Amino acid sequence: MTINFTVSPSFPNERISDWYIFNTWLQRALSVPIHLELYNSFGAQRAAIAEGKVDLIYANPFDASLLVREKGFRAIARPEGPPDEMVVITGTDSPAREIRDLQPGTRLACSDDPCVNTVGRILLEPANLDDSNTVEHRRETYIQVARELLRGEADIGFLPVEAFEGFSPLVRRDLRALVTSELHVIRHVFLVGPALAERTDELTALLLSMHESDKGRGILEALGARRLLPVQHEDVEFMIDIISTLDQ
Amino acid sequence: MKDMDPADIVGEAVEHVLTYTGGNTRRVYVTPIETPYPHGKLIVSRTDTRGIMTQCNPSFVDMSGYGEAELIGQPHCLLRHPDMPAAAFRDLWETVQAGRQWHGYVKNLRKDGGHYWVYATVVPNVRDGKIVGFTSVRREPSREKVAAAEAQYQEMRGS
Repeated sequence: MTINFTVSPSFPNERISDWYIFNTWLQRALSVPIHLELYNSFGAQRAAIAEGKVDLIYANPFDASLLVREKGFRAIARPEGPPDEMVVITGTDSPAREIRDLQPGTRLACSDDPCVNTVGRILLEPANLDDSNTVEHRRETYIQVARELLRGEADIGFLPVEAFEGFSPLVRRDLRALVTSELHVIRHVFLVGPALAERTDELTALLLSMHESDKGRGILEALGARRLLPVQHEDVEFMIDIISTLDQ
Repeated sequence: MKDMDPADIVGEAVEHVLTYTGGNTRRVYVTPIETPYPHGKLIVSRTDTRGIMTQCNPSFVDMSGYGEAELIGQPHCLLRHPDMPAAAFRDLWETVQAGRQWHGYVKNLRKDGGHYWVYATVVPNVRDGKIVGFTSVRREPSREKVAAAEAQYQEMRGS
């Protein structure tokens, strides 16, 4: 059996090779062929999930909801470290000092990341802005979102904090955060599908002990994590309950 | 539930006696002081099926003015402000007990007699087909929505 593995498209482009290295490590450790498919959009990945083409996934919190509640996936591990947070950015020369300064007609740039966009929309609510009185510019990557602002083609942009902080000083110089979320409750998680049920314990043990070898630790560090931590099923159910409130 | 302690109140307060479902009463003291919602944060809490608080996050604790130990084990209506019409909470309770989400604008009472406005969503926690509790998530509302809710609740109270 070949395991189909995928990673939420929310990771930075420079980590593509690191995920392939992770895949090779996992393949050797489990002694089974693993096919890593990195989809270039959330829509493409969701279509693959719907077609049952995913057995193992490093999922963003919104996809985790779908996979756990509707597809019978189980959460097995998450990276140690801060949870996922989002930021609403603007140009340094923007007259807006806080969210409530934004006016109807605001042009916003965003990717197709459902997690970032949902939280970004929530962060706009204090200004009474929603999709009826803003103009959305969808872009394929986070850096394209930043470019929209730098060119003056958008007034604000939605980004994951990690992506914003990962921009070069040259890009960040002309951008600033209007507000940063402090949700503390949503995270990316590794999920296994029902087809891998028999190997879940083995896979979990492998991931949770990954940091104990030099090789494993090096791979994790390249992916931005010191080690992986166990996830209780109820913790994920609670996260999903919270996420279900965010699009209301 | 204990009456509010006048020693905890900050500012000029008006006394009210709240009557809850089941007939229990509580003496509360209310000031006009509003604590602004902290930008970017979510206020999260969980209760059991009877509405007793079992978990709350640091933002919940900060905004309520109580210590976490004072909150856990208490009914969620500890935060009920007398300006909130009883019908709003009746609707909330009936909705979530029927397994559906409820959302609305809520004025919450702080330990110090002040208040804060939130946009709240309450969801039933369904595990293995059964409701085992409720999660409430609050976020920052716009001033326009707060003003509209304030007017509506005033009308519902008939004052």
